[in-house]
Amino acid sequence: MDEHSNLQQPVVEISNLYKSYGSNTVLDGFNLNLYEGENLVVMGKSGSGKSVMIKCLIGLEQPDRGVIRIMGHDISQLSREDLDNLRTEIGFLFQGSALYDSMSVRENLEFPLRRHTKKFGIIKDTTPFVLAALENVGLAHAIDLMPSELSGGMKRRVALARTLILQPKIILYDEPTTGLDPITAKEIILLMKNIQQQYKTSSIIITHDVDCARVISNRMILLVDGINYAEGTFQALTTMNDEKVLAFFK
Amino acid sequence: MKVIDKIVQANKTFLEETGELAYFAGRFFNESTKRPFEVKEFLRQCYHMGNQSLLLVGVTGFIIGLVFTLQSRPTLEEFGAVSWIPSMVGISIIREIGPIITALICAGRIGSGIGAELGSMRVTEQIDAMEVSGTNPFKYLVVTRIMATTLMLPILVFFGDAIAIYGSFLVENIKGGVSFTLYFNEVFKHLEFGDLIPATLKSFFFGFAIGLVGCFKGYHCKKGTAGVGLAANSAVVYTSMLLFIIDFIAVFLTDIFYDL
Repeated sequence: MDEHSNLQQPVVEISNLYKSYGSNTVLDGFNLNLYEGENLVVMGKSGSGKSVMIKCLIGLEQPDRGVIRIMGHDISQLSREDLDNLRTEIGFLFQGSALYDSMSVRENLEFPLRRHTKKFGIIKDTTPFVLAALENVGLAHAIDLMPSELSGGMKRRVALARTLILQPKIILYDEPTTGLDPITAKEIILLMKNIQQQYKTSSIIITHDVDCARVISNRMILLVDGINYAEGTFQALTTMNDEKVLAFFK
Repeated sequence: MKVIDKIVQANKTFLEETGELAYFAGRFFNESTKRPFEVKEFLRQCYHMGNQSLLLVGVTGFIIGLVFTLQSRPTLEEFGAVSWIPSMVGISIIREIGPIITALICAGRIGSGIGAELGSMRVTEQIDAMEVSGTNPFKYLVVTRIMATTLMLPILVFFGDAIAIYGSFLVENIKGGVSFTLYFNEVFKHLEFGDLIPATLKSFFFGFAIGLVGCFKGYHCKKGTAGVGLAANSAVVYTSMLLFIIDFIAVFLTDIFYDL
């Protein structure tokens, strides 16, 4: 139990999540609670099931067993339409940015905006929305560029802007600093922190990057052998007397 | 024993893939009737597929018309049957050569393009990104493309047929001095709706097969960038095989109806 549990309902709740691929068990009863306004970092070795967990959370993968509740909704009980509506409240930043490469930066940002008329109504001129989202990530000048003309860091920022344009309440980051140079990685980390403060979002951040975890986390979960091996603040985990835990921070 | 195991495994894979393809087709019919309809993307795909294949289909059709007439003329001349060339070319192009050649060209041009495009989107997580943004990628990417190929292929076949017959006319005009009016009068004199309707119907099925297999291979692409090449390649191979099977069934059924 943690400090939040008596204060508020979690916005994301994962209970006893199991997922296997053939004989390879990836998640073996994983649990997670994310509270409003919190940045929760999930760390684990490569292949430990972090990305599988986050994909189960958003409905890209089906778990074998377990319950996932997002803002009180059990996602396994939702219809396709209801799940799509719920997804507009969740942003997802992919490891490889996943920008639509046949569309310009502007079109990449317009794409989700134009399709969710239920949430935003019919927007005739999307430019102010697109510009506002791009200004948040410092890339307003790149509005008419194609993804192939952007650097790795710029792509990650545009992907973040695309995530923000739907004004999500929850943001899921899948290794946001992987593949970036240290300076750009630091910029992305600070950007994530600013976004959390500005938009009051709750975030789950999957990362290997100890610096990222230190700067951004309110709380951390270490995922080992498919279960939450250790939980706590960055400070608490780094002072824990456990070799497996300390190995993450060496 | 190992050979038998391999044969069993190959058959199993083939049957599994056929089942998955049938499920994919079923999902297409299910999703295509549900709102919202992606009209803008459908029209964009129609333009993209139709416009960009026009030149290729036109050039190929023209050469086929030329070559077909040049090759058959000497033999027909021996029997004094040169006057049969317009009707022979017209019927064979409209019934069989036009649809199958256009479909094979489009399988290579459009089918592989769809396989590569969707495959690349799959491995770079663009399809997942679409899904998590609350857009149904199957509806946006697959339904629109299959509907576009189904609609555009008969149009391309008509275009290819017309150019092929025109190519044949040019040979007859140069070699035999036949006028445009006489040549096309002869072509249409022997053509019936019974020639045109089965050919048009089968073109719709050809278009559907090209879109379906291309989308299926791309949408289920695996194994990173190598998988993209494999998706594009296998889309062409499977579609070509499927086209001949559909053609056989279409000809077989047409034959039964003619007998009735």
